[in-house]
Amino acid sequence: MGDPVKVTIDGTEHEVDGGTLLIQAAQDAGTYIPRFCWHKRMKPVGMCRMCLVEVDTGRGPMLTTSCTTPCSDGMVVDTKSDIVTKAQEGILEFLLINHPLDCPVCDRGGECPLQDQTMAYGPGESRFVEEKRHYEKPIDISELVLLDRERCILCARCTRFSDEISGDPLIEFQDRGNGTQVLTFPDEPFKSYFSGNTVQICPVGALTARPYRFRARPWDLEAVEATCPHCSVGCRINVQSSQNQVLRFLGVDNEPTNQGWLCDKGRFGFEYIGSPDRLTTPLVRGEGGELEETTWAAALQVVAQWLQDVIAEDGPDSVAGLGGARGTNEDAYAFGKLLRAVIGTNNLDAQLEDGLNPQFLAAATPRASIPDLDAAQTILLWGPDLKEELPVLYLRVRQAAQNGANLIVIHPRRTGLHDVATATVAYAPGRGPEILDRLRSGTGDLAAARKLLMGGGPIVGLIGRPGLTEDPMLAEAVAAFVRDLPDAKIMPLARRSNLFGALDMGLAPSLLPGRAAIASPEARSALAVEWATPIPEATGRDAAGIIAGLADGTLRSLFLFGADPIRDFPDQAAARAALEAANLVVAVDQFLTDSSRLADVVFPAEGFTEVEGTVTNLEGRVQKVARLVAGPGQSRPPWAIFEDIAAAVGSSLGAVSAASIHKEIAQVAPAYRGLSWEQLELGPGREGVIVPGETGEQPLRYVPVDIGIAPRAARLALHSARTLYDDGVHVRFSRSLAQLTAEPFAFVNPEDGARLGIAAGSLVRVTGSSGAADLEVQHDPGLAAGAVYVPFNLEETVGIGDGLDVKLEVIS
Amino acid sequence: MKILTTRMEAHPSDSHTIERYVATDGYKAARKAILDMSPGECHEEVKASNIRGRGGAGFPCGVKWGFLPPDVRPRYLVINGDESEPGTFKDRQLLERDPHQVIEGIIISAYAIDCNQAFIYIRGEYPKPARRIEQALAEAYDAGYLGKNIFGSGFDLEVTLHLGGGAYICGEETALLNSLEGKRGEPRIKPPFPAVEGLYGKPTIVNNVETISNMPWIVTNGGAAYAAIGPEGSVGTRMFSLSGHVRKPGNYEIVMGMTFREFIEDYGGGVPGDRAVKCFIPGGASAPWFTGDQLDLPITIDDVGNAGSMLGSGAIVVMDETTNVVEAAHSIVSFFAHESCGQCTPCREGTSWLEMVLARILRGQGRPVDLELLLDVSDNIAPGLGWPPKMTTICPLGPSAVSPVTSILRHFRDEVEAMIPAGGPHG
Repeated sequence: MGDPVKVTIDGTEHEVDGGTLLIQAAQDAGTYIPRFCWHKRMKPVGMCRMCLVEVDTGRGPMLTTSCTTPCSDGMVVDTKSDIVTKAQEGILEFLLINHPLDCPVCDRGGECPLQDQTMAYGPGESRFVEEKRHYEKPIDISELVLLDRERCILCARCTRFSDEISGDPLIEFQDRGNGTQVLTFPDEPFKSYFSGNTVQICPVGALTARPYRFRARPWDLEAVEATCPHCSVGCRINVQSSQNQVLRFLGVDNEPTNQGWLCDKGRFGFEYIGSPDRLTTPLVRGEGGELEETTWAAALQVVAQWLQDVIAEDGPDSVAGLGGARGTNEDAYAFGKLLRAVIGTNNLDAQLEDGLNPQFLAAATPRASIPDLDAAQTILLWGPDLKEELPVLYLRVRQAAQNGANLIVIHPRRTGLHDVATATVAYAPGRGPEILDRLRSGTGDLAAARKLLMGGGPIVGLIGRPGLTEDPMLAEAVAAFVRDLPDAKIMPLARRSNLFGALDMGLAPSLLPGRAAIASPEARSALAVEWATPIPEATGRDAAGIIAGLADGTLRSLFLFGADPIRDFPDQAAARAALEAANLVVAVDQFLTDSSRLADVVFPAEGFTEVEGTVTNLEGRVQKVARLVAGPGQSRPPWAIFEDIAAAVGSSLGAVSAASIHKEIAQVAPAYRGLSWEQLELGPGREGVIVPGETGEQPLRYVPVDIGIAPRAARLALHSARTLYDDGVHVRFSRSLAQLTAEPFAFVNPEDGARLGIAAGSLVRVTGSSGAADLEVQHDPGLAAGAVYVPFNLEETVGIGDGLDVKLEVIS
Repeated sequence: MKILTTRMEAHPSDSHTIERYVATDGYKAARKAILDMSPGECHEEVKASNIRGRGGAGFPCGVKWGFLPPDVRPRYLVINGDESEPGTFKDRQLLERDPHQVIEGIIISAYAIDCNQAFIYIRGEYPKPARRIEQALAEAYDAGYLGKNIFGSGFDLEVTLHLGGGAYICGEETALLNSLEGKRGEPRIKPPFPAVEGLYGKPTIVNNVETISNMPWIVTNGGAAYAAIGPEGSVGTRMFSLSGHVRKPGNYEIVMGMTFREFIEDYGGGVPGDRAVKCFIPGGASAPWFTGDQLDLPITIDDVGNAGSMLGSGAIVVMDETTNVVEAAHSIVSFFAHESCGQCTPCREGTSWLEMVLARILRGQGRPVDLELLLDVSDNIAPGLGWPPKMTTICPLGPSAVSPVTSILRHFRDEVEAMIPAGGPHG
């Protein structure tokens, strides 16, 4: 922004930054200028003409659009002159002459900018007696979005969003003049991970979303702000319900996180909440071997009895807990306290698939925030394909690159960011250490990337696991390299929604609540005082250790909290074997999943939108979630279930409400110390709090190191990574998203295809370290040579395993 | 006195060939400019000539060139040959009959503004002019007038021909630039003006075919000589396309300053049947109309402007006393409604609305309120209904559609009223 300038708006002088768009400057000064096409997150186009005002820059008043006029010194603006008022009234009349006025059956009715502005600025009656424009209405432009061209006022918000923001310009204006219409290209649907944003920013009901269509009238909706539960970006959302049914998520513009945008998984992934498949009563495995409905008291009695027996026989370390990343911090804290303080084991892990060092994820330093991306000169992304795993972070990186940041992307395949990247490298999994060496030395195809990294900061390294066959220590080696660059910060990446919160609550063998290391005697004794019980000292097992321990009989019982290891653990076959070998599996879940189906006791849990609490995103930003509807049947908040289990064995977690647990966290967990429930209330301008904030402290500052892992070579290396719509629980039980689950293919580079005689379209048997799957082949020129990409966790790809070597045999 | 059409009149069969062009002193001006003059001197001559743009807006060409920011390269020169204003067909003749004159003008202009890449944008409905230019470009490249190191001077110039897809709006300079870039032909918001941020975001001069065709003469004879032709403010010769109710429609190159009556009588041979001129359009379909009693206005940019219209693209359309003005206005409004790009609400919706109301009146279903409605809808597109118009739109296309409506309601209101049935279901 430029130097301050003086602008007179309707007779009052204001000082604003030179270059600020007049429409924004006026709004900041309390004068709302009506508009349809302008959106502060997109480039102005001045098309709808609704924001016309009279501007005098010394040559007399001129009618001009305030959305395209930057403020300059001495500008005199009249937003309410007769000519302006008449022009605005005229624009509204023009917009309405061909508008169908089918407001009674329009989803937008009641929250429609066109309605509202007609009320405020429009003519009282229509003078149009001719035939209106007609189009077939509505038409499907994707599985999720419908377009009604009669309602459309051609503001270009949707087309600009797709072009400028999400980078998949699949909708465009067609024809011209009176026949101008928004359309998709022939035979190419509006297949975008971000399509729902166009529905939200549409100023009329031209774009509607199938999951919400005709479900409610806006004035019947109850709403509450919350944080999206679908990944670790922590997008601010508005949850809306009617008659105890969650019907819609809308993006809320929180500057540091999502700036108003959501991905479609986040936006439409609310349907699972009201799914008829939700668990409503406790289940216990009966004599016949089937899960049978029972009472809370009976189920708790079974668990209590078994726990007492097993602890007496084999000790507390025969028990383990997996999960906790899908709930709130309060749930995670209660789960950890149950396992450590009541049962007495450190066998607990919230991470299932990433396998990264939890201390790296929770306490890597110096840690970047999302807004650091905006100011970065160079961004290095060496981790997951953000578009598939952390979609709204993808938008932010895309925006930073478009605004001039250098972007380096290192990944086994062409990612969604390749078109805006400055340097890209595709490499076969296993070869990461070689690539890192070349990046260090700046040789070959890494010369350009190194030059950018040496060109000065600020630098942000977005670092995680590119795929599940990649050595998890590679991410730390990359982080160790990046953090030594001048003015560099790192953001460790992991996908699962509240994983960072769960780790902060101590759901890892090596961590205690508040980013303390369990290895620290001070941290253990401080917590022991607070919990009034000794903290177990034996080294705990992580997810892989727990799976192995169950399989070999060292462990006997397992608590699953919102965890489906049979689907989410990289070696899915091993997870299945482990669950089958366990003597007792207790699941706290919302659904019967592949894993909870094998449990002996299942407790129905309330979840997102049904419980209040806090969550922590990948920056370490703590934000709230809120309760808007009651969970189905007898389902209860997870923390309350853990409290009941503790009580059933004669102990207590001291939890009476989410707020009470939060209060304990703020007292016990160093990084969260002093964080008050009230300070986390959501609302305009409330951005959440990155911990440790002013009142907290972080005892553990983890410095990633390069332990010098060796490159691994494979004749064909498996690249196993998630797509946005995989066969995870939330997608599977969200009707609209379930149909979008990615098609299962084995992707090979066309050159490999030619070399190995594997044609596109042929059927191959893909044999990995744990199992095989028969898949159709697609050639993917963006995939590194020597790699075979198989999407993780699709129904058809389950159980291949996470070994690097993979074999392809042509079946037909 | 003629400048632009001398060659084609003297050599009607082969004025378009490079042989004829060179034999009639062609490319000497370019040679002189490049070898004997600095770019600045060329620019000074053009400034001194006081030539105003022939595309419609009439902006002084030398002044426009001066708006280029001094330090930004590359710069582009774009020749607007998208001649689409109804009634205008002068550029067609210049492109078709003397294409080398256009190319020589481009060489001089590009040299003067230090630009090495020029584009000629010709409307898609002009296949023959495009073929002629294509041929002439090939000849000019072969002869070394285009390409690298022209005349051994070290000056390089590439010229690229591009054909439009058939949209009137692409004659608007910023829509033309969008079209050249492969985007939808929609006018851009100004500022920034093309001279500052034009094609591919680079400084760009857009000049009309006729403007550019004058450059060889200006360099040969000097800017002062050009400025001395014709009345002040409307110097030089100018091509006018005369059509409508005249005996001899066609293109005429004249020195400005004569009256419309003289032009229509002396050049157009008057109105067939010696009927009276009811009204005429002085400068293309966008221009507000004049009535028969304004025939003695001198044809100059300022006289026509002061009388509330414009010389525009130089298209004079004569309507005699037999004309149904509502039908005529409807025809023009239909054109603009069809050609609206659709960006701006008032133009997209308003021009079609005007068209529908006029069509209804023509069907005998007009209502008395329609007259005020037409004016008020027009006012919402062009507030105040003046000319040059105030606009609620980005470009003047919408306000152009208003011109015939206001013209008939100002000058022939009784004729419009006469078409409205008294009483009846629509009363």
